[in-house]
Amino acid sequence: MIEIQNLNKTFNPGTVNEVKALCDINCTIEEGSFVVLLGTNGSGKSTLLNAVAGNFLPDSGKIMLDTIDITRMPEHKRAKYIGRVFQNPFSGTAPDMSIAENITLAAKRGMHRSLGWALPKTAIEEFREKVRPLNMGLEDRLDSAIGKLSGGQRQALTLLMATWLKPKLLLLDEHTAALDPKTANKVIQLTKEVVEKEKLTTMMVTHSMQQAVNLGDRILMLHNGRIVFEFNGQEKHRLKSNDLLALFDQIRRKDQIDAATADMIGQLYI
Amino acid sequence: MSLLIGAVTIGLILALLALGIFISFRIFNFADITAEGSLTLGASISASMIVAGFNPLLATLVALAGGFIAGALTGIIHTKFEINGLLSGILVMTALYSINLHVMGKSNVPLMSESTVITYFEDLAKWLMPGTETMSLFGNSIPAKDIIILASVFVIVSIFGVILYVFFKSNFGTAMRATGNNQQMIRAQGVNTKSMIILGLAVSNALIALSGAVLAQFQGFADVQMGIGMLVWGLASVIIGEALISDKSLGFLITGAIFGSVIFRLLVAVALRIGMNPNDLKLITALFVFIALVLPKILKKNKMKSMEIK
Ligand SMILES: Nc1ncnc2c1ncn2[C@@H]1O[C@H](COP(=O)(O)OP(=O)(O)OP(=O)(O)O)[C@@H](O)[C@H]1O
Ligand SMILES: [Mg+2]
Repeated sequence: MIEIQNLNKTFNPGTVNEVKALCDINCTIEEGSFVVLLGTNGSGKSTLLNAVAGNFLPDSGKIMLDTIDITRMPEHKRAKYIGRVFQNPFSGTAPDMSIAENITLAAKRGMHRSLGWALPKTAIEEFREKVRPLNMGLEDRLDSAIGKLSGGQRQALTLLMATWLKPKLLLLDEHTAALDPKTANKVIQLTKEVVEKEKLTTMMVTHSMQQAVNLGDRILMLHNGRIVFEFNGQEKHRLKSNDLLALFDQIRRKDQIDAATADMIGQLYI
Repeated sequence: MSLLIGAVTIGLILALLALGIFISFRIFNFADITAEGSLTLGASISASMIVAGFNPLLATLVALAGGFIAGALTGIIHTKFEINGLLSGILVMTALYSINLHVMGKSNVPLMSESTVITYFEDLAKWLMPGTETMSLFGNSIPAKDIIILASVFVIVSIFGVILYVFFKSNFGTAMRATGNNQQMIRAQGVNTKSMIILGLAVSNALIALSGAVLAQFQGFADVQMGIGMLVWGLASVIIGEALISDKSLGFLITGAIFGSVIFRLLVAVALRIGMNPNDLKLITALFVFIALVLPKILKKNKMKSMEIK
């Protein structure tokens, strides 16, 4: 379970580039819940995930993972509890190292790393068996550098690596955005399988209405760093892509009105 | 021939430098100029301690520890104070210049009449081949002790090469390599990248200081200037090593760095022999490294162009 309380983050405070990326975010995600995060570009979805993962410290607020307060915990310490797949297929793997080496690094996520041999023969066999179900022929290429693989293959492996040790929380930030539709579907399928099988608590960012409708049990929609809409349970299941598109329209129109009023006020008083 | 044996021995001693540079340059992707200070630090610590009457082996180990601390300092300045890696190295290198002068008390410490680690090797030669003063190699007569010194240095360098290989193939070492390859990825796997960088640079400079310590004992003096240009020298060795091998796996890269250093030293010895002005040595080394760094890029570009034409 993850609890986010009054989370705030402002980038470049006090400068012309000031951005209130997160404003008073409050939400509780139950154990095993799969939350889909939606929102326009720059609405703060990645920032929220990054705050949870610990890429930066929030200005105020609290983040609890089960009973652990992780608000001030450095990123590498939280990694013990969190599995991540990034938008950029290059981010989640070490390109010059082999598939097997990448996996062995993930198989020890957050654990003590000894001076023992990293790749004993027995481990290789285990890796092969776990890579085979991806159906990408990678089980025979464990020795090749991961940088030589396609983006889709890398994302599938990153997903496998992120869930190798069961994380308390899985963070997926548009992890299929850089893939062609067919590969994206495949990675989404793999995501669905592993989340269901391991009952993983998951936060997934996407711009695909289809993914939002088909996956997960909850939708949060962000705008300007705030949660503006939320759909749970039955309500979420009844939701269609068109309903979501309508909501985006509504937000956009409201923004235009806001901008127009600001203009008007500006003309009236200045 | 004796000259050649000497050149190979120095090449092997400097292979420790090459291994250190391999860690900073190839594992962490930055040219750590601390090397120039830590090489001299190793030389000055060991020379001063030996002159003060300490056991030469102990002196050499303290030199190694000194390099470790110097490298860790660069790593701390770089990661904890978020100063660019090159600049952090420059700061520590500059500070080390004064420290080295303090350690030696002057700019040069001779070791000619002292008992050093090299003396141990000479004793080993006497013990292995009592009464034999010279040996014949390819029809040349060579002092037996020179051969034993060469062999001993080779064994020591090989041991360090193997240790490095095993270290970088361990769980911990693999995480260190990943730190140099993709920090975001390895942080997401729970590794403290800052500590990894600090420790990696510490190990790198420990090897470099060891190289300096052994070099001082071999050539019979430590000099405050002896580190100048050594970073580029080490880079040249690493690059030659990479050019020699087609397989870019870790074991081959480590072996390549060692032999790269020997070959580079031999090339220099030959060039000096056929009349190259010693003053031009660093200029030519720098040119060589420049070409070695640029050439692959040009070749790649040409390849792309010829592919476009097709
Ligand atoms: N490190 C940073 N420094 C300064 N501003 C930042 C930083 N990270 C994010 N921002 C700003 O915070 C806001 C929210 O960005 P964020 O990346 O969270 O958006 P997003 O919802 O993920 O958008 P997208 O759908 O385009 O990925 C943006 O205005 C962005 O410019
Ligand atoms: Mg984003």
